[in-house]
This record gives sequence, structure tokens and C-alpha cells, in this order.
Amino acid sequence: MSIRTMLENWEKYRTTHPSGDLHKDHPEYKWAMAIDLDTCTGCNACVVACYAENNVPVVGKERFEHGQTMHWIRIERYWNDEDADTPNQGAQFLPMMCQQCEAAPCETVCPVGATNHTPDGLNSQIYNRCIGSRYCSANCPYKVRYFNWYDYPEQEIAWPEPLPMQLNPDITVRTKGIMEKCTFCIQRLRTAQSTARTEGRLVKDGEVTTACAQACPTGAITFGNLADPYSQVAKMWRQQQVELHKDRQDKDKTGDNGGVRGYRVLEELRAYPSIMYLERVRDTNA
Amino acid sequence: MEEKDIRDDIAWAQINVDVLRSIEKPRLSFWLLFCFAGCLFLIGVACEVYQWRKGLGVANFDNPHVWGLYIASFIFWIGMSHSGTLLSAILHIIHADWRKPIYRFAEAMTTFSLMTAGLFVMVHLGRLWKFYYSLPYPNERWTWPNFQSPLLWDAMAIFTYLTSSILFLYVGAIPDFAICRDNATGWRKHFYSWLSLGWMGTDRQWRNFRVTYLTIACFLIPLAVSVHSIVASDFAMSQQPGWHVTSFPPYFVAGALYSGCAAIITLFIVLRHTFRFEEYMTLPILDKIGRLTFVIAMVWTYLNFVEYASVWYGDDMYAKDLLIQKATGPYSPFWWTMNFCGSVIPFLLISKTIRGNLTAMMIISLLLNLGMWLERWMIVAPTFSHGYYPWTMDHNQWPSFVQWGMVLGSFGWFGLLFMLFCKLVPSVSMYEVKEMVYHRTLAQKKYAREA
Repeated sequence: MSIRTMLENWEKYRTTHPSGDLHKDHPEYKWAMAIDLDTCTGCNACVVACYAENNVPVVGKERFEHGQTMHWIRIERYWNDEDADTPNQGAQFLPMMCQQCEAAPCETVCPVGATNHTPDGLNSQIYNRCIGSRYCSANCPYKVRYFNWYDYPEQEIAWPEPLPMQLNPDITVRTKGIMEKCTFCIQRLRTAQSTARTEGRLVKDGEVTTACAQACPTGAITFGNLADPYSQVAKMWRQQQVELHKDRQDKDKTGDNGGVRGYRVLEELRAYPSIMYLERVRDTNA
Repeated sequence: MEEKDIRDDIAWAQINVDVLRSIEKPRLSFWLLFCFAGCLFLIGVACEVYQWRKGLGVANFDNPHVWGLYIASFIFWIGMSHSGTLLSAILHIIHADWRKPIYRFAEAMTTFSLMTAGLFVMVHLGRLWKFYYSLPYPNERWTWPNFQSPLLWDAMAIFTYLTSSILFLYVGAIPDFAICRDNATGWRKHFYSWLSLGWMGTDRQWRNFRVTYLTIACFLIPLAVSVHSIVASDFAMSQQPGWHVTSFPPYFVAGALYSGCAAIITLFIVLRHTFRFEEYMTLPILDKIGRLTFVIAMVWTYLNFVEYASVWYGDDMYAKDLLIQKATGPYSPFWWTMNFCGSVIPFLLISKTIRGNLTAMMIISLLLNLGMWLERWMIVAPTFSHGYYPWTMDHNQWPSFVQWGMVLGSFGWFGLLFMLFCKLVPSVSMYEVKEMVYHRTLAQKKYAREA
């Protein structure tokens, strides 16, 4: 291992803010999402799909109450103050998972570089490199990183017989002391990219999608390649005037955003998340 | 006329006898304390074994409370390590002679509290058997740590500081090892001969010794400041409300010196009793440490206030919310205790009577350190309960017995190491106390001549 390799490796870990030119940062792929909260019914199908696809351990009621649950995607419920008059409207739902930030706060602080940015704009997690300092989770504004507090595959019975038969063979199960989180179903992305590369083309829009988007009965989650201007997700981002490299969108500066609903959660922290949410529209007369 | 730090008519031979007695026959209280520390240590070991087998969940961590008492205690022990350097290096350079009888054990405190802090890092890790991944070493897998991470800076700073303090402690004790060697028999003779590196006390050796000692002292001072600044960077460099404060490095360094001084008072009183060091660890010296502690307490109070004020008048609503939560939320009893112990109790040190009362000083020093331990906890824990994201807010998690057991165990581990050290190494620097007596006699003669 030469000094040169060391320095080059070191440089690869450096996290930078997006340059503003998407095609320079990500020439081929930039995986992104758009989630329409108006369509989301809070049915939790995405959560179940995620558990099944990604071998996420089921921790049981007691651990859940301790806050030690592992759900990579979670449905959050919020009640607005103004809804007090119309309680029949119920909660507002927000599916929250790893936002795959472009300048991710978790990446800079990992002492061993176990969490990195991939060329296709994912915030990846290397399980066997992780030593479990949990600094990434401490620094994550969204708190979407989940730590294996127990040894689920071996000691805990997270998958009682015959459930091990349904584990996804494309990815691993994780032992204790390791951080994990939503990967945008990286095993699906890599398969699709590999197939496309063999055929000498790029992945087409709609060719691959995440488990949550696939399972959503109302189609609230749109997944795709933001670097492809003709993809559904890129169209939605454009339509909602949300730009990846901005910490404050132009439409929000004027005060009148012209009725577009797109926003990103905690955008002002300059993490540049890759998930755009579409605000829920409520009919107060209903 | 000002009271003397040490009676200046103690014969040099008497100093040898008094100090060497400490490594031979301490009071019974020494062994009682030793057993007590051993029991605490065993509690810690039991907790660690349980946690190792089951996983960190048994310590009651959860999402978002991923850090807890381990990190708080880590900062606490790093902080404790700072006053050893203050006493042995900074006061050495400014020629404050009263440090001479007490700097040896203060420096030992530095070394052992650093070791304790290092243990907490490992205990905190999810896979502590992979600890070495965080060290930059060339390896066949071509993996390399992330130099952007403050945790890596921590690892490097602590290792450097630990190495230098061990060196400093050892080099400073070489002339005393030679005295031990000359007076010992049996296996101790071999042990101290080996440690004293053939010290003969020649002029050339003394000259080299002085230069070496001063060089390491000069090297150690910036290191001490940098280590705690870097520990502060773990928080200041992160993005979380309550942590993202630029005044953290000086605040942490002040807090470190503060808790270290308080710990020196505690150990001073303990050693004075168990080793019958009344002639050397005298009340005038205690009075001086008391004054030093008061000054540092006021610096810490000021910086603490600066932190509150900059958050309160700043534009960050999350940080301000968190401050209000600390003062009114579930952590408020601890927060107020910390402010009381840290900023109000030290005012007792203004009184000269209290500074000269051993019982009062013991209680005050323990309270000050309680305050400083709570301070570290209040920096780490509330941020997790009240961060940016509403989903995680107001969800409180109380550390389980495993975490508390490990905190107790760390005190036991530190106590064991420290007491073993005091039993094997003269905890009062004999040759420097002799210098004190010698200088004073000269000065007196000069004074008598002039009169």
C-alpha cells in the first residue's frame, strides 16, 4: 500500500457540496424520489415491503417500546393545531426514510469511512467496515439510521422458523453493533445497472424501483434517475421547481410559490436531501 | 510572614524515609480503598461482559439516543487528565514551587484518567473488537480511516497525549527510582534498578535530565489544550442543536482544568491520610490549590454563561428550544444541580477557613466533580431528546444499570491503577521536595546575612 494510494483513498472520502451542475456530479445516475403526501394514506404497505426486501429484523413489542425498532422507512403521524376543529380529518402522514443527502452529515463524521457517497448519488453503508461509533446517527438531522442493538440473526429470534426461508438472498443479514439504514434498495439498482451495462445502455425510467414505491397502493412514491431529464421523478422535481443543489428554493424566496407543493425536509441545514415531498392539500370545508 | 509550603528544616534523609515508607507500609485505609476500588471494577467488568454478549441494547440505548453515559464519562475522564499537566508542566515552567510535592500524583492521575477515557471509547463501540479499524495504519485491505471525522482526530490526539504523559511521568520519576533502588532489597531492587536506567546522579545526568524534562513539559502543554479542544470538536463540528457551538473548545478546556483541580484536591486529601504525608501535602499547599480551583471555576462559569447567552441571543430556534428544554424538561434537576455545583459551590472556596478544612475541602471537591460530570452528561444527552426532528422529540430514555455499572467500574479501574501506582512509585517527588527545602535554607541564610 503506497502513500499515493493512501492519499487518493483519503481524498475519495471527502464530502463536498453539490456543484450545481447535476451532470458533472453524476454523469449517469442520480437516484432520487418524490413522495406525494396528498396521496399517502398511511397504510404502512411500504414499511412491510421494506422489511421483506431488506431483511430488516422484527424486534418485537418490548424492544419497539424501547425505541429500538429497526424500520428503515417509518410512517410518521402529525396533527396540526388547526385540525383541532376538524378532528375527523385525522393525522397527516409522512413516510420518512434515509434522505440520501448529497452533502450528508453522517458521511463526514464516520471515523472509519463506513458510510460513503457512491457515484450514483447514494449514501451507502458498508456493514463490515462499521465499528459502531454511532456518530453518524448522532449527526443525522432526520434520525433515520438504525443500529443493531442486539444480535438479531443469531441470538435474537427475529425470524422464527420458517421465516428464514423468506429472507432476501440478494443482501446480508446484519449482526450486532452495526449501523444500517435505507439504501434505496441498492441490490435492485445494482442488478438493473449491471444488466443495462451488459446491454450497453443506461437504465430506463421505470425499469427499476424501490420496494416501498413498488408496494405503495396509491402510487405516492415515485423513484427514478434525476440525471435523466425525461424520467418521471426529474419531471416532478422540475414541475415543483425544486433543485437539488439549493438550500433554499427560488420559489420560496418570493413568498408566493405559485401553488406548487414540492419541498424537502430540513432543507436549510444544507444536507441537500434527494427526496422531495409534495405537501398535502387539505380542504378545510370538508 | 507567609506560611511556608513545607517545613524547611526537614532533613534530606528524613524525606527519603517518609516517602519510601509510602511504598512499603501504608495505612489500613489504603487496603480498604483498594478493595473498594476492586469491587467497583468487578461491577464494571460484569456489565461489560453482559453487554459484549448481548449487544448494546442492554445498556438502554435507542434511536435517537445513540450516545449516553459512555461518551459523557469519556469526556469527564479526558477532562480529569488535564490538571496533571497544568500542575506538572505549566506550573513547572512558571516556577511555582508549591507544585513540587503534589505534581507526581497529579501527573499519574493524568495518565490513568486518559487510560480510563480510552476504555470508554471502546466500551461505547458496537463492535469493540474492530477498534483498530479507526487507527491509520497501512494494511493489506487498503482501508484507511476518514480524516474528516473528529473521532479520528480524537483517537490520534489521545494516543499522542497518553504517550507523552507516560513519558513525562516516567522521566520525572527517574531520580526517585534511583533512590528507591538504593534503599530496596529483593525483587524490588531489580525492579527499581531496571526503572532507574542506571541513574547515578552525576552532573551530566542532571543536566540532560533537566533539558529532557523541560522539553517534554513544553511539548505537553499545547497537547493538553489540543486534546480537549478536539474532544470539543466531536460536538462543535457536528450539526446538532446544543452541540454546534464555536465556543465549545475553550469551554471544554476550562471544564477539564476545573474537574481536574477538584480531583487533585480529593486525591490530595486521600493520599495525605493513607500515606501519612502530612509534612509534605500541607495545608498551605491545599490553600493554593483551592485558590487555583476557584479561579478556574470562575473562568468555567463565565464560558458556561457565554454559551447560554450566545444560544439565547442567537438566531437558532432549535438550539434555543433545547436550552429551554434543559432548564424545564425532564433533565432539569440534573441541569440545575450542575449549574449549582459548578458555579455556586466554588464560592465557598473564597473563605480561607474553608480552604484549610480538610473535611470541607473533600466534600466541596466531590461536589465540584459531580457538577462537572453532570455538565458532560447535560451536553451529550438532551440533544438527543430534543434535536431537529419532531418525530424524535420528547422521547426520553434513562440509561440502564449496565451504563451506570460501567461508570462505577471506571472509577474502580482508575482507583486500582492509581493506588497500584502509589504503592510502586513514590507519589511525592523526593528530589524536588529536597530542592524546596534546599532553596529555602539558602534564602533564609541570605535573609539572615542581610539582616
